[in-house]
Amino acid sequence: MYLTPVQTLMMILAVAAGTQLTRWLPFLLFPEHRQPPRTVTYLGRVLPAAMMGLLVVYCLRNVPLWAAPHALPEALALALVAVLHRWKGSVLLSIAGGTALYMFLIQAVFA
Amino acid sequence: MKQPVSTAGPRLRALRAAFPATIPVLTGFLCLGLAYGLLMASKGYGPLWSALMSAVAFGGSMQYAAITLLTTAFDPLQAFLLSLMVNARHLFYGLSMLEKYRGLGKLRPFLIYTLCDETFSIVSSVEPPEDVERGAFCFWVSLLDYGYWVAASALGGILGGLITFNTAGMDFALTALFAVLFLEQWKKPENRPAGLIGLAAAAASRLFFGPGGMVIPAMLLILAALLGGRKRLCT
Repeated sequence: MYLTPVQTLMMILAVAAGTQLTRWLPFLLFPEHRQPPRTVTYLGRVLPAAMMGLLVVYCLRNVPLWAAPHALPEALALALVAVLHRWKGSVLLSIAGGTALYMFLIQAVFA
Repeated sequence: MKQPVSTAGPRLRALRAAFPATIPVLTGFLCLGLAYGLLMASKGYGPLWSALMSAVAFGGSMQYAAITLLTTAFDPLQAFLLSLMVNARHLFYGLSMLEKYRGLGKLRPFLIYTLCDETFSIVSSVEPPEDVERGAFCFWVSLLDYGYWVAASALGGILGGLITFNTAGMDFALTALFAVLFLEQWKKPENRPAGLIGLAAAAASRLFFGPGGMVIPAMLLILAALLGGRKRLCT
């Protein structure tokens, strides 16, 4: 440990305050008992799909595209996820299949 | 994820519906939480510190960043500002959940407190079965995901280097989870333009701002595109 316990505790609280502020702000700005502006309602409806796209890319942000293996394990695993999901439509099966293939690829094929 | 109507109590039914939806999160959090606890332990912070950070701050990527902050000069203001920026995407989750988290009474503060990437993706994309109350479903998803993270980070500190099973790549479960939930959103044609906007904005931001600075530019691009295309997207 580099900080004293009290300093560490203060750091934890600082991280918590910043993180929690981002969670609470929308709910504080647009309280339950009042109808939010229509623009906000509209954003609430379209944002989940957009954020899901952002999260997929965000998860892959550290994958090197221009160096070997050129994101091939990720691409193959995501392709399997899509195929499984199209075929069976089971959230769990698609994720388990994709993750298993990815683990196999990076541990045994592209190791 | 439809299930037959059962005779179990409403709370148990909600738990039964919520648990399968959170299994990918369990897998991913087990892996990332263990690694977090392990990393904290390597800097001299035992399982109690890891669990405390996870329980109080509860923010995966920011907690990883905070390890660096814990091992340099004491600067809580910097930690606060960095958490605001790293977690800015929560603002959009909150906006999306204003409607669904309305009128949930006592559950509401807990749902807001634990609203993370994974919980948001599930509660915004997965419809609970008809015999399960939405509030109870959201509560169990939130509680399970939160519990996994806190438990896994403590476990990482306790187990240390005892894990011999090669877990490399297990955290891909979270990438796959977001990809599948993207496909679930994609099933509704009216969601497709927004989904494409999200992908394109994030890819462009990753290209121009690098892995460390992509989130906020991506959010601004998404906001601009969604507001600019409102007339066309509003169906």
